[in-house]
Amino acid sequence: MMVQFAWLIPLLPLLGFILVGVLNKRLNVAMSGGIATAAVFISFIISAIIFGEVAQEGSIPERVVLFDWISSGTLSIPFSFLIDRLSVIMLMVVTGVGTLIHLYSIGYMSHEQDHPRFFSYLNLFVFFMLLLVLGSNYIVMFVGWEGVGLCSYLLIGFWFKNIEYSNAAKKAFIMNRIGDLGLLLGVFLIYMTFGSVNFNEVFSGAENLPQNNAAVTAICLLLFVGAMGKSAQIPLYTWLPDAMAGPTPVSALIHAATMVTAGIYMVVRSNVLYALSPDASSIVAFVGIATAFFAATIGLKQNDIKKVLAYSTVSQLGYMFVALGVGAYETALFHVITHAFFKALLFLGAGSVIHAMSGEQDIRRMGALKKALPITHLTFLIGTLAIAGLPPFAGFFSKDEILAKVWMHSPIMFVILAITSVLTAVYMFRLYWLTFYGEFRGSEHQKSHLHESPATMTIPLIVLAVLSAVGGFIGMPELFHAPHFLNEFLAPVIFKASHEEASHTFEIMLMSVSVVLLAVIMYATYSYYVTKKVTPEEDSEELDSFAKLLVNKYYVDEVYAALITKPLDKLAAFVYKYIDQGLVDGTVNSTGTVLNGISGQLRKIQTGHIGAYIFAMVIGIITILVLTMII
Amino acid sequence: MITLLLLFVPLVASLACLLFDKAKVKVFALGTSLINLGILAYAFTLFKSDMSYQFLVDYWWVKDLGISFKLGLDGISILLVALTNFLMPLIILSSFRNDYKNANAFYSLMMFMQFALIGVFAALDGFLFYIFWELALIPIYFICLFWGGEDRVRITLKFFIYTLTGSLLMLVGLIYVYLQTPGAHSFDINALYSTALSASDQSWLFWCFFLAFAIKIPIFPLHSWQADTYTDSPTQGTMLLSGIMLKMGLYGLIRWMIPFLPEGVDQWGNVAMIMAITGVVYASIMALVQNDFKRLIAYSSVAHVGLIAAGIFSMNIQGMQGAMAQMLAHGVNVVGIFFIADIIFRRMKTRKLDELGGLANNTRVFTILYLIILLGSVALPLTNGFVGEFLLLNGVYQYDAWMAAIAGLTVILGAVYMLRSYQKIMLGEPHARSIEFTGLHQTEKIVLIVVALAIIVGGIYPKPILQIAGPALVDLLAQVKDIN
Repeated sequence: MMVQFAWLIPLLPLLGFILVGVLNKRLNVAMSGGIATAAVFISFIISAIIFGEVAQEGSIPERVVLFDWISSGTLSIPFSFLIDRLSVIMLMVVTGVGTLIHLYSIGYMSHEQDHPRFFSYLNLFVFFMLLLVLGSNYIVMFVGWEGVGLCSYLLIGFWFKNIEYSNAAKKAFIMNRIGDLGLLLGVFLIYMTFGSVNFNEVFSGAENLPQNNAAVTAICLLLFVGAMGKSAQIPLYTWLPDAMAGPTPVSALIHAATMVTAGIYMVVRSNVLYALSPDASSIVAFVGIATAFFAATIGLKQNDIKKVLAYSTVSQLGYMFVALGVGAYETALFHVITHAFFKALLFLGAGSVIHAMSGEQDIRRMGALKKALPITHLTFLIGTLAIAGLPPFAGFFSKDEILAKVWMHSPIMFVILAITSVLTAVYMFRLYWLTFYGEFRGSEHQKSHLHESPATMTIPLIVLAVLSAVGGFIGMPELFHAPHFLNEFLAPVIFKASHEEASHTFEIMLMSVSVVLLAVIMYATYSYYVTKKVTPEEDSEELDSFAKLLVNKYYVDEVYAALITKPLDKLAAFVYKYIDQGLVDGTVNSTGTVLNGISGQLRKIQTGHIGAYIFAMVIGIITILVLTMII
Repeated sequence: MITLLLLFVPLVASLACLLFDKAKVKVFALGTSLINLGILAYAFTLFKSDMSYQFLVDYWWVKDLGISFKLGLDGISILLVALTNFLMPLIILSSFRNDYKNANAFYSLMMFMQFALIGVFAALDGFLFYIFWELALIPIYFICLFWGGEDRVRITLKFFIYTLTGSLLMLVGLIYVYLQTPGAHSFDINALYSTALSASDQSWLFWCFFLAFAIKIPIFPLHSWQADTYTDSPTQGTMLLSGIMLKMGLYGLIRWMIPFLPEGVDQWGNVAMIMAITGVVYASIMALVQNDFKRLIAYSSVAHVGLIAAGIFSMNIQGMQGAMAQMLAHGVNVVGIFFIADIIFRRMKTRKLDELGGLANNTRVFTILYLIILLGSVALPLTNGFVGEFLLLNGVYQYDAWMAAIAGLTVILGAVYMLRSYQKIMLGEPHARSIEFTGLHQTEKIVLIVVALAIIVGGIYPKPILQIAGPALVDLLAQVKDIN
């Protein structure tokens, strides 16, 4: 059985990290990228074999214990992996998409001097991400959880000469840490409640608890705080758009396809607990829907190609949390998978555009790139159709399934989410038309350099485009009388599956309405941005107040700065000056002064200093004792 | 016999340092500290991890007063001796690039310091403990006074008087407890443990001992000697103070207070806990606004040890084991980070964050090692800092969930101030001055690599540490709960 060798899966990227890191400047870009890509690719092969084993009828979850890590009293934390149907799916996504993005990076980073550092970090990221999905207890998961945060920090700030970038990196790490504290407290409460942090013991303990047990609700909410940080939900989402400072492959891998979905993975993993707490689940759904909607509105007015995609990612993650909140855990994971395909594709496509445009990211300076970048254009179009939800592209099936499940849960939520879908299609087609159609609006210099990207970059685009086109077939709606492979596959790891299905009439209506709406949106945005040649306002232009609000992202960063960052700095400076140096130290010093004054009076009789006296006294005592010992 | 060797090899070395050739004295000091590390390694091979005191040495000293020269090691103390003996060679090696005047005296005091520290951790007689406790103050006082910065006279005097005041309180407490020992009075640890002190006695005795230890640790608001002393001492003095010496206070709580004052702890533990946790947050916030890198580390150290103290007062096994693990981790990490500060200061002649920047541009090895040490101190999983912090917060959580949530702010604030200083020192465009930053010398590299390895190995495989201290801590908690 290959399962016993599951430890090889994270080990290989770790070795890749060490090898590339140590050899460093001795490697050229093909070698450093090649080693890193090979490491992840072999992990992918092993994952695929294990996937095959686990997919067999009647397979049981395997625990692979490596060593005893931390144990204290009744708390025992082995360093061990859990290979079950949930983890193998995540393994496939992480190593599969990971391999493609590594390959792509060889082309993308070919002009970068410091490429070994890039590839070693990228391998380290994959290592931690694999620990995250493989861990068989909350602590090993947490190792991966914090480890990917570190790699995210290192890669966002990859170009460390730029202080803006390192600020973005720092912000990401700190915001994630806020979430991590919640997660840690949740884990402590898990230990208090169940006497263990191992998944199997916790979940089998939870199964006997009544609904809405206070401890379970508290656990779910605390864990969710962690998910808010890692998966960029309100109020902890502002780091993700800033994280676009990192090289574009990083945005694709870490800040779209894998790391940011860790929060969803964690909730799916803990579905036993969430199923027991409808209260906590409602909050998850509420936060998810708010995030999905607000991020989509911001996406409407962004002009940086990567920022549009970043807000789109925040919004799509919101979708997934809505699914989790209504108890559709398989559906959330379904969207994780399809989103990994099309969002990685879109980011890599954006990278290809930026590469061709000599680093330009502003869509107001692009246009008419269709001709110069035929492969990028076509694959980007597929990605756009997939995220917009046109059948039969991947995003259609997963998004449709979320909408149907939400409809069964709450019609109001359904309406908000449906509006969000419309917004999604609008900002995506706005991006698409402005980038690839109309007239070229960049400089002559940029125009002369336009070129399609090399094969290492286009091959991953093509593969991801194919996956974005057909990936949805793993979860066909009941309407088509085709098996829902994903739900069947996941059945053993989902404690309480949501079996309610929307009626066929509703399904057909939903489908036809979305196709019609999409067609309308495509036409409207085409005539607005291409036929009428409207380009978004320059930064200097006056905007009406609502547009201004959107362009400035509802001023959330400014509000955080005014409410938290600045007051904390002021408080710290004040306390340091007046309390620490003033009151606390002042008290000590004045005690000293008073005593010194007294000793000053005594000094008339004796000479010397009080310190010297005490010192002499101690020495004296010791001498006497030493002498008594000798005599 | 092994205990005596561990104790007296540094003392003999201390005297020998005075006679040694001036040019070679540092090598001699390093050599003896390595020999002592070897002796300790041998001791570990013989050590049984149960709750007993091993390698016992017991002679009468002042028989009439019941004072004996009694030494021994259990799982708790052997780890602290291990910390001392592991850090000493590193601290000595870290001084190799400095040319201290009166080198003989300097290294002699260093070795004397080691002697006193081992005495503190191995003493099993109350009076002997007190003697070593005070002896440890003498070398560090002179090291800071003779080799310290500009304001050293005022600062060292304050430090000296402050800690001595605490010690005298402890002496009063010790003598009182001694007078309560049954039969012929004795300072023997078992005699002290077997006293049946009334609740009201325990109540005031708690403060005698607690204040003495709290000043040394230091616990908020008794910390104000510390930032000045750390900043103004020579780097090796700071390392001795922060790496090893403050653990005397934490060790004191575990061995010389909690076991014979269980009711005092019961009564006042909550107050101590609040002080410790306030200190965690308070010191973290203070670290946010420091411009002097050494001062920043000093405040971060107050935050870290505050959490250790909180773990001890949570009085459960996770808190106690977390305290042990974190004492070792903090010792290693703080020595590493102070050395980072020293390396920067010697090259750039400044420690001010706003005068630094861009150092990552021309020193790859230094950047990586700094980053690893930083990760250890922000307790990233798979570093030594995580094991301790995780167990400590877990222990505190069992005591009180809200306290853990507040103490847990260190998870966030620690990242804020550490990353801020890293950014200000290392990142950004290279500028005229940062170009002068030369690569690491051999000895510097060795120290930092050993520290980095200890951080990673300690994070991946903390099992030996947890296993060695475990039985002794379980026994201690069982005793205390029994008395209650």
